[in-house]
Amino acid sequence: MNAPAAPGLLAATSPWADAALAAALFAVDPAGTAGVWLRALAGPVRDRWLGLLRELLPAGDALRRVPLHISDDRLLGGLDLSATLRAGRPVAQRGILAEADGGVVVLAMAERLSSSMCARLSRVLDVGEIALERDGIGQRIPARIGMVALDEGLTAEERPCSGLTDRLAFHLDLGDVATGDMVSPLHGEGDIVAARIRLGEVTASGDVYETLCGTAQALGIASIRAPLLALRVARAAASLAGRPEITTQDAAIAARLVFARRATILPTHTDPDDDKDPSPPPEEADPPPDGAPKPAEEQAESSDVGQSMTDMVLAAVQASMPADLLSQLRLANGGPARAQTSGRAGQVRQSQLHGRPIGASRGELGAGARLHIIETLKAASPWQTLRRREAGTGDYAGDARRIQVRLDDFRIVRFKQRIGTTTIFAVDASGSAALARLAETKGAVELLLADCYVRRDRVALVAFRGQGAELLLAPTNSLVRAKRSLAGLPGGGGTPLAAGIDAAGALADAVRRSGQTPVIAVMTDGRANIARDGSAGRARAEEDAMLASKRLREAGFTTLLVDTSPRPNPVARHLAAEMRARYLPLPYADAARISAAVRVAGAAKAP
Amino acid sequence: MRSAFPFSAIVGQEEMKLALLIASVDPSVGGVLVFGDRGTGKSTAVRALAALLPQMRVNDGCRYHCDPAADNIWCEACREHGKTAPIKPRLAPVPVVDLPLGATEDRIVGALDLERALVQGVKAFEPGLLARAHRGFLYIDEVNLLEDHLVDLLIDVAASGENVVEREGLSIRHPARFVLVGSGNPEEGELRPQLIDRFGLAVEVSTPSELGSRVEVVRRRDAYERDPVTFAEKWKKQEDRLRRQLVAARARLPGVAVPDATVEQAARLCMMLGTDGLRGELTLIRAARALASLEGDAAVDDAHLRRIAPAALRHRLRRNPLDEAVATTRVERAMAELFGAGAPG
Repeated sequence: MNAPAAPGLLAATSPWADAALAAALFAVDPAGTAGVWLRALAGPVRDRWLGLLRELLPAGDALRRVPLHISDDRLLGGLDLSATLRAGRPVAQRGILAEADGGVVVLAMAERLSSSMCARLSRVLDVGEIALERDGIGQRIPARIGMVALDEGLTAEERPCSGLTDRLAFHLDLGDVATGDMVSPLHGEGDIVAARIRLGEVTASGDVYETLCGTAQALGIASIRAPLLALRVARAAASLAGRPEITTQDAAIAARLVFARRATILPTHTDPDDDKDPSPPPEEADPPPDGAPKPAEEQAESSDVGQSMTDMVLAAVQASMPADLLSQLRLANGGPARAQTSGRAGQVRQSQLHGRPIGASRGELGAGARLHIIETLKAASPWQTLRRREAGTGDYAGDARRIQVRLDDFRIVRFKQRIGTTTIFAVDASGSAALARLAETKGAVELLLADCYVRRDRVALVAFRGQGAELLLAPTNSLVRAKRSLAGLPGGGGTPLAAGIDAAGALADAVRRSGQTPVIAVMTDGRANIARDGSAGRARAEEDAMLASKRLREAGFTTLLVDTSPRPNPVARHLAAEMRARYLPLPYADAARISAAVRVAGAAKAP
Repeated sequence: MRSAFPFSAIVGQEEMKLALLIASVDPSVGGVLVFGDRGTGKSTAVRALAALLPQMRVNDGCRYHCDPAADNIWCEACREHGKTAPIKPRLAPVPVVDLPLGATEDRIVGALDLERALVQGVKAFEPGLLARAHRGFLYIDEVNLLEDHLVDLLIDVAASGENVVEREGLSIRHPARFVLVGSGNPEEGELRPQLIDRFGLAVEVSTPSELGSRVEVVRRRDAYERDPVTFAEKWKKQEDRLRRQLVAARARLPGVAVPDATVEQAARLCMMLGTDGLRGELTLIRAARALASLEGDAAVDDAHLRRIAPAALRHRLRRNPLDEAVATTRVERAMAELFGAGAPG
């Protein structure tokens, strides 16, 4: 049990100690805290953590492993065909999630889970039961479970769907834990069992709610699930320590484990150099950027006790924030560091003919559909008795060996196709850009084109100058055509940036609808001076450009902004932030770097 | 099944709650599409709606819960039965049917009853989710992740109001009129335009950003999870009041007047925005009428139009399919032009 002389709130704790504590708190309330997002490569550290969890979970609690490409039959349940045929009546089989009711499931390679799989898992976490509507069976099966999502992603883009991770309380990264750090755990199975009994009676004062919500807000955490999960973790912490009420210490533990890796802004910039410095934060958070939640007046109105509690908890979270996250947030200078979601639904196309088989569905043969023989036989088999009886007077009567397959039984294979990328270049050919570096821009685009050609990507070219934007080249594979239209690109005139971004966005939308993945590369100096309606005027034009950028962000396109001004232009940087684009100032970016950036942007989106 | 989170206890999200109430007052408005941030209580609201809705009258013994008052769309069994003897009505809860991802086609449209086929060797139809949702709501969470072949099926049935099953020589048709409620996150994949068109109203939800309401969300949620029964009792009064308002609004609906001037304004708004066809106008008028009825007004006026126009029209602006947020601004701009810059009523 937690000793009374527990480490102070602000003491820096080691990642392993935090991870071990998270395992204990998760074991106290698996379904309530929903789970752990465990980012670590396979290895002794991860094995040790999973082993620890196994030791902590009371005997009798299930711990099941869910492989990546599990079928719905095994995940959710369905008809048990062989048992059905043997018994002569429908027999349902339970899926892994139902079997793990009251326990924990471990999701292998969670960074590769598809959005639809994540949605199934999320639903189970939300309602604690499985809605089974499959193969003639309609049931509601209890599945109060917690999940451990094992994430072996290497890059920032490679990670589980945000819809799933948002629901999991603990976000852990064991990447930096050395084997020597792994001290023996503070808790044992007995502590967990005792804590579970006490859990229901732990009370929370009003301050706790305000503290957790206020801390989440000061850290720029938008999701309302985060404070809710933190509350449950705090309750588990209090229960584990044998306290009847949630204290500041429990709230600090919860905030540390739940909020540290979710933070998108730093509450203070006056914080001196490094991360482990527990300097008290100032009274109020810095004004967050547009779109981020603003600290409400209530924060100031709340009682002094609540305020100081929030400060203490906030300081505890900051003290335990990983160094890389801190520097990342500082770099972003308050800009929400929210990464693009890795929703991959739009990125794979279902096709009847090509790609990796993903299952079968009922369908007509013909039009190139391929018959799924096993599934077809499976679909036909339950009905054999009925069909034989029906055909009892016919020719087939008595021939029990012959399986009767009918049109309704036909199952065709569905395939998932990997799809190509179309890179859309929106090139600023205005006077300001032309004077400075249109030639350089062209050079960079040509290199990119060559690179796209190698990757068999398609490219499209939109130029904007004078009064509006013009599609110079519709998506094509032809390098020659692309080069020719680029070489013939004249420069001069005003900068209708909004029109250019709009045109690129509309094209990207069309590309997406045609089943390809669009990547937009905007090359501009950011000095817009022509508004959407064609009128001149810098203020209006810039406002329109910002609006257009915002739309790109909301449409969720992968975007890259290359700043072509002689010196990095803050306006261009702001534009990039607005469209959540990768920002590359050309003075520091040669063509090779730009090309690499496009490649990374494209690869992140491909399945 | 534990008791649902009370509808009236949901903090904020007024547009979503209003859209759901309007669809309950007048199902002909069409479905409700809810798009937005994670963890904003989309699913909670729909599940809460099920508990809020007053019971409806159904034909006793009918497996499709046909409406005693609407004999023109009765199922075949009710029609046959009704010829010989009057059918007794009974009260039943309005169905709010959950269509989970991973559901198979046979469970959605209905198929042969496997048990009876295996055990008795009898061909009998086992109704699916579409049948169960008749006269109620069909809820699809993460509707943008629904498999294509299931989307096709829904689009067809939602338009025709009838489900046709042809299987194993069985030929069944039954009424399937339901309010489609879909929720999802646009970042995770697009909806087909044909499916979007089946939704009468589209609302956006976002996480409350003000600390006070965030604390309230967490506080209520926690209270509910710790003791659902006591929590439901605490909110019973508000729930009952809302239910009475709903019942009154339904009764009042046929009598709510729609002045010609209002119809003209609606048409003008749709023309300015370039919405396709008449569906936009029709939905706008119906939704405004349901809103007026819900608020106890005798006639629809511009204020009603203004309040519901963004939800009724924002997903119908085909010219620029890029995103919803800008569509909202466009609707608002058009309204400001049409009605003058005064504050919306």
